[in-house]
Amino acid sequence: MTAVLDRETSHLTHERPALGEVKGIPFTRLVRVELRKMTDTRAGRWMLIVMAAISLLVVTINLIWGSNADQTFGTFLGLTSFPLMILLPIVGIMAATAEWSQRTGLVTFTLEPRRGRVLAAKNVAGVLLGLGVIAAAFVAAALAQLLAVGLNGVDADWSMPWKVVLGFVVAMTVFVIQGLAFGFALLITPLAIVASILLPTIWSIVAGISERLNSIGAWLDPSRTVEPLMSGTMAGEQWAHLGTSSLVWIGIPMLIGAWRVLTREVK
Amino acid sequence: MITVENLTKRYGQFTAVDDISFEVQPGSVVGFLGPNGAGKSTAMRMMTGLTPPTSGRSTILGRDYHALPNPARHVGVMLDAAAQHPGRTGKEVLHLVGMTIGVPKTRVDQALDVVGLTPAEAKRRVRNYSLGMRQRLGLAGALMGDPQVLILDEPANGLDPQGIHWMRQLLRAYADQGGTVLLSSHLLHEVQIIADELVMIGRGRIVAQGSKAELLGAGGTRVHSLDNDALANALQAKGFEVSGDRSGILVKASPEEVGRAALDAQIVLTELHTAGSEGLEQLFLSLTAADSREPQAA
Repeated sequence: MTAVLDRETSHLTHERPALGEVKGIPFTRLVRVELRKMTDTRAGRWMLIVMAAISLLVVTINLIWGSNADQTFGTFLGLTSFPLMILLPIVGIMAATAEWSQRTGLVTFTLEPRRGRVLAAKNVAGVLLGLGVIAAAFVAAALAQLLAVGLNGVDADWSMPWKVVLGFVVAMTVFVIQGLAFGFALLITPLAIVASILLPTIWSIVAGISERLNSIGAWLDPSRTVEPLMSGTMAGEQWAHLGTSSLVWIGIPMLIGAWRVLTREVK
Repeated sequence: MITVENLTKRYGQFTAVDDISFEVQPGSVVGFLGPNGAGKSTAMRMMTGLTPPTSGRSTILGRDYHALPNPARHVGVMLDAAAQHPGRTGKEVLHLVGMTIGVPKTRVDQALDVVGLTPAEAKRRVRNYSLGMRQRLGLAGALMGDPQVLILDEPANGLDPQGIHWMRQLLRAYADQGGTVLLSSHLLHEVQIIADELVMIGRGRIVAQGSKAELLGAGGTRVHSLDNDALANALQAKGFEVSGDRSGILVKASPEEVGRAALDAQIVLTELHTAGSEGLEQLFLSLTAADSREPQAA
């Protein structure tokens, strides 16, 4: 058994780095590691596959039962936004809470004790993964348009103003970041998922009851403030609305989350 | 080298770690010993930057843990072998560590080889690992960065006797090559065969500290002879404290002193050795007992 540490073959005996020679961990590497962590488990992989599949499902429904006038690329893509608004925060939440729910933080934060860098890397990785899911929605919409031409005999309509395309991507990314913020603030996966779905929904319902709350909702209801983004009708006032709702639904939880991740005892 | 200076952690009224100080020198294995809940893990989390200390400090290779640019290249840490994502394979766990700290991919297979996990085992998900296998995987993770220092919390927990023997060989060889090892345990026997020095804590405080020879020698000498009563008298006449039972007598003296006394009294000895861990065992048991009594007193 002593052979396990044979001087000739053991990695313990050579290449031992001096303290001064070792450099810190590059940020890009932290991002790559975080991306890998989100996709190297069955749970993580299936979550992404299911999200992509749901976009396909939604466009298929329109392909079969939608009127011919609605068989355009823009409509197909717009339809995917409804499930994505709920699913994309979950991508962010899973990215943010994993270290705490599985206690892998014990390893992660000893490998990189500067937790702020890990936090930033998780944000970047979460957004990148979210963009992947958004890209899958584009592919699903394009496939549906091709099929619509082939099966339903409609004329292809690929028209979509760049403002709408960009607005769609930005809006969906906002939902990923909102999930990240909720995840960091709560650090418990199911709790964060329920909170991120329920709170804005409750807000929408309450706003529907009271006229006064309804007018505040124009500033604070994220499902309403991103709407102009996706229809390409952003102007000064809409940006102010989006900024305010993002501050409340992203800024505040992200601040709380950053404080918790940076100061919390890892057990 | 690990230095711990006046490290203290309080949670409200409760003091988990109370002003502990010790050093671990290169080339040595230090056993951090104490009953469950004595503050071992909290102290180790403070050493590795996971828990902020209330006061005091600890350094590794002369630096604060947070000031190590890529800590895993200098200090291998395993704090809880169970804290792994159950859905990852053993190999993937090591791959993530290697990727983060920037070591060649070949290091994964080397580390697996060192801890004795087969390629087939490495492809299984951690969910299906026994505690012993998780310990081996955790140790492999700690060794990934080829560190000079190892900090291991309960590494022998869950290992079978063969596994404990293996770990002893591994850590011994590692320390003999100049490595610094701090390992914790709640089992005295487990640690005393591996460690050069012992730091024993109870309720957050250091209660005994020193080289193994010092601590174990403090137990006195155990002796057995053809005439124990006569020997006991002879020893008492020389002013040594004697206690005993049928299996022999325990003398607060060195084996040499006892041997000379027997020679002078012309008594044939049938057994003569240092009492070994008995004294330490007593201390350890009293610590454990004191801890277990506490809830009833409260």
